[in-house]
Amino acid sequence: MRHVLSVLVNDQPRVLARVTTLLGPRNFNIESISVGESEVEGLSRMVIVTHGDEWAMEQVQKQLYKLVDVIKVNDLSDHPAVERELLLIKVGAGPTTRMEISGVVEPFRASVVDVGPNSMMVQATGERAKLDVLIELLRPYGIKEIARTGVTALSRSMAHASV
Amino acid sequence: MGQTATVLGGHTKSAESPETMYTGSEILLRCLIEEQVEILFGYPGGSVLPIYDSLYQGELRHMLARHEQGAIHAADGYARATGNPGVVIATSGPGATNLVTGIATAKMDSIPMVCITGNVPQQLMGTDAFQEADIMGITMPIVKHSYLVTDVRDLPRIVKEAFHIASTGRPGPVLIDIPKDVANAKDKFHYPEAVSIRGYQPTSNPHPLQLARLRKEIAEAKKPVILAGGGVVISGAEKELMEFAEQAQIPVITTLMGLGGFPGKHPLWLGMPGMHGTYAANHALLETDLLIGIGARFDDRVTMGRPDIFATKAKIVHIDIDPAEIGKNVDTFIPIVGDVKKVLQGAVNDDLLRSDCADWIDKVQGWYKSYPLQYQDSEEILKPQWVIRHLYETTGGDAIVTTDVGQHQMWVAQYFQFAQPRSLITSGGLGTMGFGFPAALGAQLGKQERTVISVIGDGGFQMTNQELAIASSANIPVKVVIINNQNLGMVRQWQEVFYKKRYCDVDLSGSPDFVKLTEAYGVKAWRATTKEEAIHAWAEALAHPGPAIVDFWVAPEENVFPMVAPGKGLDEMIMGDEEE
Ligand SMILES: Cc1ncc(C[n+]2csc(CCOP(=O)(O)OP(=O)(O)O)c2C)c(N)n1
Repeated sequence: MRHVLSVLVNDQPRVLARVTTLLGPRNFNIESISVGESEVEGLSRMVIVTHGDEWAMEQVQKQLYKLVDVIKVNDLSDHPAVERELLLIKVGAGPTTRMEISGVVEPFRASVVDVGPNSMMVQATGERAKLDVLIELLRPYGIKEIARTGVTALSRSMAHASV
Repeated sequence: MGQTATVLGGHTKSAESPETMYTGSEILLRCLIEEQVEILFGYPGGSVLPIYDSLYQGELRHMLARHEQGAIHAADGYARATGNPGVVIATSGPGATNLVTGIATAKMDSIPMVCITGNVPQQLMGTDAFQEADIMGITMPIVKHSYLVTDVRDLPRIVKEAFHIASTGRPGPVLIDIPKDVANAKDKFHYPEAVSIRGYQPTSNPHPLQLARLRKEIAEAKKPVILAGGGVVISGAEKELMEFAEQAQIPVITTLMGLGGFPGKHPLWLGMPGMHGTYAANHALLETDLLIGIGARFDDRVTMGRPDIFATKAKIVHIDIDPAEIGKNVDTFIPIVGDVKKVLQGAVNDDLLRSDCADWIDKVQGWYKSYPLQYQDSEEILKPQWVIRHLYETTGGDAIVTTDVGQHQMWVAQYFQFAQPRSLITSGGLGTMGFGFPAALGAQLGKQERTVISVIGDGGFQMTNQELAIASSANIPVKVVIINNQNLGMVRQWQEVFYKKRYCDVDLSGSPDFVKLTEAYGVKAWRATTKEEAIHAWAEALAHPGPAIVDFWVAPEENVFPMVAPGKGLDEMIMGDEEE
């Protein structure tokens, strides 16, 4: 099963290395990791997307807690959560296809952020699956480059759990 | 320059005030003194020259090993014998990488250690400077925690935290990497009184609800068994374990790391389980309906890597200070996170009902008597098991015994009945050859009053025997017992049993004459090839006030039995090679 772990860590050099070193030998398949500042000064939030059964997830959480730099681990899959990823994609686009591409990306609430003579760059945010679909739709135009941030996520407030 | 520095050092010492400025290395030394470190093990080099310069005053005893691996295993042996953190110092690059095996050894057996490495000056870090190695990165998977000191002002806090982390919760090795410029930088010295580390709060008090569940299960169990591991020794819970087992009347099995945590002569003791365990211990595990694991991690030398067929009739209770151990290897019915000593103190109280299992105790004690550990003795050739029995009998079991890794290690575990904790010092988790001899030196330095015996194979001795130099120079009265079978015995045994005697690279011919080698270091040595010589040589070695070695020439093809092959069930014990 897919899990999204939200891990509060000390904002210290090497903390990402400590976490990945720990997951490595336990054969953890990591779909994505993203790290950034959190609401607490000195702490970063790391969002890890991974797959594993209940046993593996329990193990990995306990092992993470053994790292001195890990403050808190939450499995966001246990509760409603918002998951987002940012995609930047550069596709081939000449004068004839620009309009068409703009039309394709529009329903995704994506925007064109750069235009060159033979290409344009599209920015999109959303859940991973949605971005995957967008990439497939853009493939026929010729994908030149892709950059994705990996998933970041926060649990929803209880009152809005159904939104 | 050197002269001025010395004078200055002496001067600052007498004029100590909160305003006095010290170098990073002087601060380090003061921190170690504050931590009541009695002895350092190490090896100098370019990046730790400032640290060695501050040792010049002689305020702290330092043992100069002959290889950093020797230094770190000695520090580890010191820690295992005393319970206090062992401290080792090595230089950057090769010095630091030579520590790696020792750090991993300590990590696997949860040994408190503080490992101090020098590093190149910060402005050179990342430039592949001379003797630069990313020791923080290299050791990341094998430390409990690690620090790179980037500012001399952080040093006292870091040292304080390092000792705290190394020795609390589930102990382990902590690395402090100190770039040379930090060791040279100056600051005032103030040692923090308390530590507070966000994200590090080991649980030591058990949950009362789980304790109540445990008592209930004990009352209902018909065939309970305790599996006691290294956690009992680390926690200093031997008294509590005895009270618990006696009050509840539950038989006790001790793992390799748990030996000595429960007296080997106690009527409730069934021996060691697993690959080379006793019939009684393994069969108790097969039949038990309530298995209480206490500071034991159910590793694959006990479960044979087959949790699916391990103790299948039992509800498993698992007591451990490390929550990550619980449920890791076997499914747990009652998890109890906490310090073993506190858990057992909590469990032993008036309403701890005694289990109703006199029949069960009769049964397991019957196994213990009917299927004792056995070997074919000989009058022609020394048998290694006889040698270990002889050590046991001549010391009355009152000795610290270190082992290396291999057959002799198992024979020590089987034939030396440990009565007290911290008496068997062995690399159980990593299985590090070369550990035993330096560990014995460290143990003896920590426990001057005890007899310390290093039982070692002729293979493993050659991995770190250069440390004879410290035994000699510091006159450390360790007694080394070489179980010399002229083979990498344990590997030879596996090739015999699992590879149809296709012996490949296990013959140790070309090894030195150990008596001459030892004598070349100025250490006394004897050789024994018969029982008579053995008795005589051992008596002399034991009576000798300094270090001594006895090279026992034993039967080269002796095997360790019983034996369970990896991946087999504990009911598939090979009891011996009777057909021969
Ligand atoms: C550093 C290291 N290398 C290799 C091994 C694998 N190994 C385990 S036991 C053994 C043989 C040990 O031989 P010896 O020291 O003579 O002891 P014996 O088994 O004969 O008692 C070997 C090579 C190990 N445990 N450690």
